[in-house]
Amino acid sequence: MLNYTLRRLLFAIPTLLVISFIIFVILDLAPGDPTGQLPLTIPAEVRAKIRESLGVGEPIHIAYFKWVRGFFVYEPLYWLDQIGITIGDPSERARIISYATRGPVFDLILERIPQTLWVVGLSYVFGILIALPIGVISAYKQYSWFDQLGTFISMVGFSVPTFFTGLLMIVIFSVQLGWFPSVYDTTLDVNSWDTFILQVKQMVMPVAVLALYNASQISRFMRASMLDNLTQDYVRTARAKGMSEKVVVLTHVLRNSLIPVVTVIALGVPTIFSGAIITEQIFRVNGLGQLLIIGIQGSDFPLVQTLTFIFAILIVLFNLIADVIYGILDPRIRYD
Amino acid sequence: MLGGRAIKPVLDVTDLRTVFHTQDGTVHAVNGISFYLEEGELLSVVGESGSGKSVTMMSLLKLLPIPPAEIVAGTVEFDGNDLLKLEPEALRQVRGGDIGFIFQDPMTSLNPVFKVGFQIMEPLKEHLGLSEKEARKRAVELLELVGIPSASDRLDDYPHQFSGGMRQRVMIAIALACDPKILIADEPTTALDVTIQAQIIELVKKLRQKLGMAIVWITHDLGVAAGISDRIMVMYAGFVVEHAKVKDLYKRPLHPYTRALLATLPTDDEEGEDRLKSISGLPPALHEYPNSCPFAPRCEHAFDRCQKENPLLMEMGDGHQVACWWDVEKGAPR
Repeated sequence: MLNYTLRRLLFAIPTLLVISFIIFVILDLAPGDPTGQLPLTIPAEVRAKIRESLGVGEPIHIAYFKWVRGFFVYEPLYWLDQIGITIGDPSERARIISYATRGPVFDLILERIPQTLWVVGLSYVFGILIALPIGVISAYKQYSWFDQLGTFISMVGFSVPTFFTGLLMIVIFSVQLGWFPSVYDTTLDVNSWDTFILQVKQMVMPVAVLALYNASQISRFMRASMLDNLTQDYVRTARAKGMSEKVVVLTHVLRNSLIPVVTVIALGVPTIFSGAIITEQIFRVNGLGQLLIIGIQGSDFPLVQTLTFIFAILIVLFNLIADVIYGILDPRIRYD
Repeated sequence: MLGGRAIKPVLDVTDLRTVFHTQDGTVHAVNGISFYLEEGELLSVVGESGSGKSVTMMSLLKLLPIPPAEIVAGTVEFDGNDLLKLEPEALRQVRGGDIGFIFQDPMTSLNPVFKVGFQIMEPLKEHLGLSEKEARKRAVELLELVGIPSASDRLDDYPHQFSGGMRQRVMIAIALACDPKILIADEPTTALDVTIQAQIIELVKKLRQKLGMAIVWITHDLGVAAGISDRIMVMYAGFVVEHAKVKDLYKRPLHPYTRALLATLPTDDEEGEDRLKSISGLPPALHEYPNSCPFAPRCEHAFDRCQKENPLLMEMGDGHQVACWWDVEKGAPR
């Protein structure tokens, strides 16, 4: 297993380099201009100077090389520096700089991660916690009223887009009832019970919208997987051995059914980081998804390139994690 | 029911009826089956696929998916109780405790994600209340009993690390774990190749002598049944059509279906002169309880009475019973 993991990690390096280059080429082909959003009164020659100072228009191989050096060498060295390990001369390092803010891209990303993890991450956790028991019960009591209701809610949750459920919730719970704020306040400093309550209140709606969506998907997977296993011969064997229904379902069947579901859950983790772009927009949560949107609108190529590439790393990484978990859960799988 | 029974049977089934409620209507799978099992004897249940052999045996312990299955009538007397009326908890103690089950396909009958040892120890802990350590010791004994080499090491292996024959031995070990009074073997050798099949049959014979439990052996192979049984029950379309001691049945088969089944057995006395014989047609799926003999459409002796009346089992002397209107020995209707 260790051997396999190391081999996969080594294979991931060329894969990621190719991905980064493709992202870079595509962004280079994009027609956007980082000075496009500046006032029209700025003369053309000033614009040209601004572009030059940003490093726009350099030949693609040089720009790509600079970005790769920034991402793989300078940034890691900078963060090592921050924790007290200095290698080389810090003053000579050019970090990846955003066109729009003129600040390092990584600082921008770090500012946004907590909101995304709290809102989107928590909704994922809630979604899983709700989905697993619903899936198990729905399958065990197939076609019961519980299953019918669960199926109906899943279909609604899965097919109605989050921007609609989000707006609906804002209309009902913010506008009509006034229970929760419609805008997520990132500057809120949680330092007392009251501010904690406020924080919970402003998280309820975005978390609920996304949790409904996630739970709909995962509960369907769980149900299908349980149904596949409930009719297997080994279930009959377990019953013939005189095991209780609890043991039959929650030990024998569940253990087998979780294998594909855990894989699906692991593969879904990167989507947490890419943030629920639309939901973040609706509730004004300034997370990673919103950052990406702003970057694209402002043609902030270093930011977009870096964010997209981080998502790519996460996807490759969690694919590996899903495969490793699969190998741990299913004794029939041997990677070596 | 039957005359001349000295000892009280361990299992006494009367008028068992099981139906399946499907989208195409009700299917009558088991239609009033009665049989008994004496201590230490081996009863073979023979018939084609779909004749209701497995469903009958599964019905005894309610191992069928209910619904769509429904046991509509009958009693199953075991140990002074009617198993069909037992509370689920009490029935659970009988399953795997007093009555062990072996199934057809050992490749799928074991749970792939649990170690073999865990799966053998489960009923030991459940029914006998053994501790982890005691259960492990007993599991090693069981694996040795069914002839698995280096038993104590193999407890920590997963099912996929065993061959088909070895897995069936593990299944037998599980079924025998709690010293059952009855072992029900549902076509235990069908999925195995011939040499392994012979090994498993030898093993069951040996275990039967050693442990003395009664066995119900479901098979479609009359050749296998001849070698191991005390009595044979031939089933067709959810009915028992013939029932006799093993010698009587082979010497004097009375039902056309039994005779047809015996005719399909390959023989080695004539040198490849004939092709394998078969019975044309398929057994019916009964959507209503039949008023005619269900075998009549495939029967060479069928006459007008067979279309009007379904024959019930008739006593032919010395426990030999047959359900047929045609007397094959006289070549005339009864």
